[in-house]
Amino acid sequence: MATARLLGASIKRREDPRFITGKGNYTDDLKLAGMTHAVFVRSPHANAKIRKIDIAAASKAPGVVKIFTGKDMAGVNSLPCGWLLPDLKVPPHMPLATDAARYVGDPVAIVIAETRSAAQDAAELVAVDWDVQPSVTSTEKAAAKGSPRIHEVAPDNVAFKWQIGDAAATDAAFKSAAVTVKKRIVNQRLVANPMEPRACVARYDESTGDWTLWVTSQNPHVHRLLMTAFVLGIPEHKVRVIAPDVGGGFGSKIFLYNEETVCTWATKQINRPIRWTSSRSEAFQTDAHGRDHVTDAEVALAKDGKFLGLRVKTTANLGAYLSTFAPAVPTYLYATLLNGVYEWPAIHAEVTGVFSNTTPVDAYRGAGRPEACYLLERMVDAAAAALKMDPADIRKKNFIPKFDNGYQTKVALSYDSGNYGAAFDKLLGMLDYKKFRADQAAKRAQGKLVGIGFSTYIEACSIAPSKVVGSLGAQAGLWESGKVQVHPTGKVSVFTGSHSHGQGHETTMAQIVADSLGIPMDDIEIVHGDTGRVPFGMGTYGSRSASVGGTAIVMSLDKIKEKGKKIAAHLLEANPKDMEYVGGQFVVKGSPQKAIPFGQVALTAYVPHNYPEGVEPGLEETSFYDPANFCFPFGAHACVVEVDPDTGHVEIVRYLAVDDVGNVINPMIVDGMVHGGIAQGVAQALWEEAVYDVDSGQLVSGSMMDYTLPKADMLPFYETDRTETPTRVNPLGVKGAGETGTIASTPAVVNAVVDALSGFGVDHIDAMPMTSERVWKTVQAAKSKK
Amino acid sequence: MKKTVSMTINGAPQSHEVEPRLLLVHYIRELAGLTGTHVGCDTSQCGACTVHVNGVAVKSCTLLSVQCDGAQVLTIEGLAKDGKLHPIQEGFWEKHGLQCGFCTPGMIMSAHQMLQRNPRPTEAQIRHDLEGNLCRCTGYHNIVKAIQYAAEKMAGK
Repeated sequence: MATARLLGASIKRREDPRFITGKGNYTDDLKLAGMTHAVFVRSPHANAKIRKIDIAAASKAPGVVKIFTGKDMAGVNSLPCGWLLPDLKVPPHMPLATDAARYVGDPVAIVIAETRSAAQDAAELVAVDWDVQPSVTSTEKAAAKGSPRIHEVAPDNVAFKWQIGDAAATDAAFKSAAVTVKKRIVNQRLVANPMEPRACVARYDESTGDWTLWVTSQNPHVHRLLMTAFVLGIPEHKVRVIAPDVGGGFGSKIFLYNEETVCTWATKQINRPIRWTSSRSEAFQTDAHGRDHVTDAEVALAKDGKFLGLRVKTTANLGAYLSTFAPAVPTYLYATLLNGVYEWPAIHAEVTGVFSNTTPVDAYRGAGRPEACYLLERMVDAAAAALKMDPADIRKKNFIPKFDNGYQTKVALSYDSGNYGAAFDKLLGMLDYKKFRADQAAKRAQGKLVGIGFSTYIEACSIAPSKVVGSLGAQAGLWESGKVQVHPTGKVSVFTGSHSHGQGHETTMAQIVADSLGIPMDDIEIVHGDTGRVPFGMGTYGSRSASVGGTAIVMSLDKIKEKGKKIAAHLLEANPKDMEYVGGQFVVKGSPQKAIPFGQVALTAYVPHNYPEGVEPGLEETSFYDPANFCFPFGAHACVVEVDPDTGHVEIVRYLAVDDVGNVINPMIVDGMVHGGIAQGVAQALWEEAVYDVDSGQLVSGSMMDYTLPKADMLPFYETDRTETPTRVNPLGVKGAGETGTIASTPAVVNAVVDALSGFGVDHIDAMPMTSERVWKTVQAAKSKK
Repeated sequence: MKKTVSMTINGAPQSHEVEPRLLLVHYIRELAGLTGTHVGCDTSQCGACTVHVNGVAVKSCTLLSVQCDGAQVLTIEGLAKDGKLHPIQEGFWEKHGLQCGFCTPGMIMSAHQMLQRNPRPTEAQIRHDLEGNLCRCTGYHNIVKAIQYAAEKMAGK
């Protein structure tokens, strides 16, 4: 039975039966009659002009249907950049490069054949005459004098220079400071690596002139809009984009990529369906990468540890082209979070975005916020070390006090609600912190290097409202739609613009609906990921689905109930104003025996024989919700590590997290997302790094053999708890949970490693990951200094 | 050049003309039409393609289909019997051992072999035995719990 307790219940996921029995429906599973297979010819060079592409031999290879190069795609435009900063240099990004390739993996031709292996064979025969040029991949060197120019529009390889905060106030703070701490902080490049590689199937139907594109997308409507309106110039309504089951995204499946664009164009040329599925090696080279900042950060402090000022200068590597939302990530999603959970009298941040001969960089789980959190939390610990303060004490001294209706930061954002000290106190209780420190001292005396690291973080979810983000450069609105269709039998179909690629929306959104309508979840269907069925949607990223997508559904449910009240009141000969909706029935207030069940109202709406005047038949409502503000989840994480001084190996002993994501719809699902987020953040701290060879520009860590993804035996069980501080921004009081773990965990781990090494005089390590080699070298260097 | 390769997959006979270079995973997915077995990498790291061949868990991207002529193959689709989930499948559902679901079939097939060899694994043994399977969503926490659940349930039978 449906009860009001559905919100907040750990209900098993409704989508799971198909996944655990092998009945999932992923893009690469799709088979169509007459389907062809595509393979892309890619640049093996980081920077090379194209003299000539010879497809003659390849075209004659067995099974080849057609080969296209960029020159064949006349009339097709550049892939667009969806976030424009002032004076941003926007170079062309053609779906198939024609003049030059600018990173290893840049596609220059598509080979379409009867089978994938035939396409692969033929792709080997495409002869590209390359004029190889010097390349630059390094973030720091990209804009240096003498670096090869990557685009005509950006002679110095600088895409933008941007700043936020108060430079004069920050300078003044540093002048008055008792202590200042300056550190260099490198936030290394990462590869998202969802387990399902990107894929698409494009089909043109000659009889109707319609396209269907199945694609691994987090936001099928955005994919369609960008592809049709900006690149291919075909009518939006003639293209149906379906993102079926999608095997993880972590940001990397937000963006409009070359491959689906070329396949959509080419399917009409050959009048046959085309399937393309990325290999993992291609995924490493072409899925948008994440992070890649080099920063100088400075904190000004009073003697007692109060923060006076923060100064940040960051260079962000954007890669070879501007991916869809690339400029937003190291600016509005990064520097606006530098206030953290602390009171700062002054902050100033400068960011320079640079082009390089590397894979484009865009949002990866957390997108800017992990970089901000890592910087702050590392600097807070470095500041504590400089003042010989306990890292817990310096945090407590500087937390913004509890508030429930707004806090204006020094970097534009206004937080919704927060109680940062409470989450941290809960964490310290879980740790038994005093006892921990005593035990740590005892273990150190035995030569065991145990360390603890904290991370008290904030994140910004459900970025909005559209008017504000538009003024900051977004070329899109950031609302969400939710349509509720009540069928005559009282069953309900819900169409959401959010997209689930692991988040479990088919369960959580049904919980919202069942809780609101008081009907069983089995009577509710959640439809997503199909532009042919969902009115419009902005998709899923930035932890926005529950807070924005869920609220749009709630708004439609409210409208359904309002209309239902009129229908029920008519049937009961009552005044609609006297009606209320309780437990699945429309009831006359104060007269519980006068009630009409939801199903009867639904049937009446479609069989309106006895029906109120002026009310339209039917029972379906659509809402578009544009939030008034972001939501700001927060929390406190701690990691305990043990470092082997002889090998540099770091072992995670405990990982604890107290997260506050506002109200929780399904605790099991939220905990699961926190676990996965923590694992990704821990992996950045300890193992993951996309490495380019400095001379050749080759992606050295280009496979799962070379890029260290975490395995089960590298991670512990996570000890999680939460506080719940609802937001007032949306009626559900939910904030967002998809990225918190990733944002919080990286600094907690690194701070723990630094703490473990503090006995050697180590107070900072510039770069991640904390591989055995880096830790060992750090220990050796510290020992030799002593 | 093509060869006829026959095998039994989930109890049903299959016979197809294949190029000798065709991998078992593509035989299963493209020819037998069983798409529950997934391809997540090209270096045999991820384990999403794990199936059982003659009772042994293997990564089906590391075998040529011609090597499996006459073999008995079990895939994720063949695990539930008469509409009843296998305890490992049940464990993954009960303990929220999956999010996007892409690694799940391989995880379950690996766990199946793990519990055949060691019906009462410790947490450390479970984690060690999962070294051939990658998951990017769960941080492994609930996968370990799911396998512990299945081990208990299977032992109780």
